[in-house]
Amino acid sequence: MTGTWLGMPPFPEAARKALGDTQLRTNLRKATGTIRGKRAAVVAERADWEALRVAGKEIKDRTLHNLDTYLEQLERNVTAAGGVVHWARDAAEANRIVIDLVRAADADEVVKVKSMATQEIELNEALAEAGIAAYETDLAELIVQLGHDRPSHILVPAIHRNRAEIRDIFLREMPGVTEALTDDPAELAAAARAHLRRKFLTAKVAVSGANFAVADSGTLVVVESEGNGRMCLTLPEVLISVVGIEKLVPTWQDLEVMLQLLPRSSTGERMNPYTSTWTGVTPGDGPREFHLILLDNGRTDALADDIGRQALRCIRCSACLNVCPVYERTGGHAYGSVYPGPIGAILTPQLRGVTADEVSPTLPFASTLCGACYEVCPVLIDIPQALVHLRAKAVDAKRGKPSAERAAMRVAQWFFGSSRRLRVAQRLVATGGRVLSRRGRIGRLPGPLKGWSGARDTATPPRRTFRTWWESR
Amino acid sequence: MRVALFITCFNDTLFPATGQAVVRVLERLGHEVVFPPDQTCCGQMHFNTGYQRECVPLVRSFVDTFADADVVVAPSASCVGMVRDFHGRVAEVSGDRGLAAAVAETAPRVHEFTEFLVDIAGVTDVGAYFPHRVTYHPTCHGLRLLKLGDRPQALLRAVEGIDLVDLPDATECCGFGGTFAVKNSDVSVAMGTDKVARVLATGAEVLTAADNSCLMHVGGLLSRSKSSVRVMHLAEILAGERG
Ligand code: SF4
Repeated sequence: MTGTWLGMPPFPEAARKALGDTQLRTNLRKATGTIRGKRAAVVAERADWEALRVAGKEIKDRTLHNLDTYLEQLERNVTAAGGVVHWARDAAEANRIVIDLVRAADADEVVKVKSMATQEIELNEALAEAGIAAYETDLAELIVQLGHDRPSHILVPAIHRNRAEIRDIFLREMPGVTEALTDDPAELAAAARAHLRRKFLTAKVAVSGANFAVADSGTLVVVESEGNGRMCLTLPEVLISVVGIEKLVPTWQDLEVMLQLLPRSSTGERMNPYTSTWTGVTPGDGPREFHLILLDNGRTDALADDIGRQALRCIRCSACLNVCPVYERTGGHAYGSVYPGPIGAILTPQLRGVTADEVSPTLPFASTLCGACYEVCPVLIDIPQALVHLRAKAVDAKRGKPSAERAAMRVAQWFFGSSRRLRVAQRLVATGGRVLSRRGRIGRLPGPLKGWSGARDTATPPRRTFRTWWESR
Repeated sequence: MRVALFITCFNDTLFPATGQAVVRVLERLGHEVVFPPDQTCCGQMHFNTGYQRECVPLVRSFVDTFADADVVVAPSASCVGMVRDFHGRVAEVSGDRGLAAAVAETAPRVHEFTEFLVDIAGVTDVGAYFPHRVTYHPTCHGLRLLKLGDRPQALLRAVEGIDLVDLPDATECCGFGGTFAVKNSDVSVAMGTDKVARVLATGAEVLTAADNSCLMHVGGLLSRSKSSVRVMHLAEILAGERG
């Protein structure tokens, strides 16, 4: 496996493969179950949780509604504080800016703070191609990187790995690690710390993302658990932050709401252990050079969509993944994108375009519309509504091309066109059902009915429909 | 009360016993049931599969059929969810203002069966008798779209002779999901299989719910695994009588 998501198969195919991996399902069930319980407990502590969610939604909506104004305000304030702001239309542009900045700093390696935006643009791969080594410093991200693997969860990218697998990866990939290493979590963390310490002390350049950017002061915010992010944000000479344009909040007061919503939804903590904030550069304290790259990469397209745009409210807490029954069974890789689970199913097709590749048009269908995600989302993203909307987009994009599904839908629409036609359909179903039925049940069927009947029996359709019964009363 | 029954195309064709049970319960409680014969389908399958344009004539015919009804009752949480939450969006997509206005008139008058009984008819004891061990699965659209809450259980608890047992992890989706069951049949079956295991753990003879669609999926898996657990729409339990 490599870091890139190019050429991922459609969701149903990838999901089928993932379902065969029983180890994966055990790992996921355990991990998501634990975090679900923690979240539920700390959310229940807050009597005003629903009001907080509404506030979170409204802050984000107001920001998105006036995004141009807030972005320019942010740019002014970052610049005034000694930072440099760059604008990147897409992944290629953002990667090129980073590469140029690293070269200008005369460096050939960077340390990285866990960041979704840089995963999204596949920065590590681009850097490698330019001869620059990137070192992930978040423990889970490091496990993924050393395992030549892909992230499968927003918060815990290595959620699909268990302790024994992690030990094997360290043993194989970490210089200096010996057979004496056990799969004790504390020992694994210590090994990672020793490995990373060298990098923190030597790297000249750090690359981060940001959880939030406060427009009215030009401040960036990173929220984390391990403290490795803080090392990266303070030790190197040059700091480059790649931030999606939707990460803004207007003021610190708005940030306060977000900092209550995020940790409770994300790690199930009242407060996260480390919250780092920085505003431009401060002589004698931290990096001497700070670059902010504001990334579009499909976001303005999403913003133009009346229903799809709510996905831009997302604060990447991953609560929707942890409660999703589909995600729990398939894991993150099946979603063919750095954004898995329910949020990925509505974000990826918007960022890439719903017909961009094989997997994107199948993502909005990767849900039963059960609504568990909407129930937990701290910024009230109505994910089922967005899924259904994007399904329509996926279907509309293919209009004009022959499709068995559309033909079937048309036929159904015709039969539903009047009660007289419906009666005809009902007679066909009753007769057909009787032909296929054995001992009151319809078993396995070939062709288009295979998907349904492969594992499920169907009761034989009754001779009399409800309406014929009603008329005979 | 005069109640217009929206049977839903699915129940009409495949589960007429559910409709008959709804009629029996409503009439036993003294309501007058009418069945507008022009009704067909709420359009849920088309809408949820992405065929929103194809859904427009179905919504139009729904509002025409039920224009005169004061109260509409349907024994399907997901179809009621479709009408109340999404017919408005279909009207918006169609660009037909008249349709939007008609939907705004009709949709709020459509109620799911248990919602009607508890909130409008004001009863929880419908005088039913059902001497069996039963477990209830709250289907997702009933739980999260309609927010049925405890209404179905309240109705079931009042049934004479019933042994109502809790379903573990009840609020987890059964994996049906409409066309999801076919498009992503492997995931659907994996979810359904877990639901089946929980149903079996209760020792119930009957699994019930407010949606026959989910029951058809879980029931299909139960049947394939040669289980003797029956699936039954909640209306059929509420229609049960002594003797
Ligand atoms: S969509 Fe909502 S629940 Fe999911 S990651 Fe984003 S903010 Fe969290």
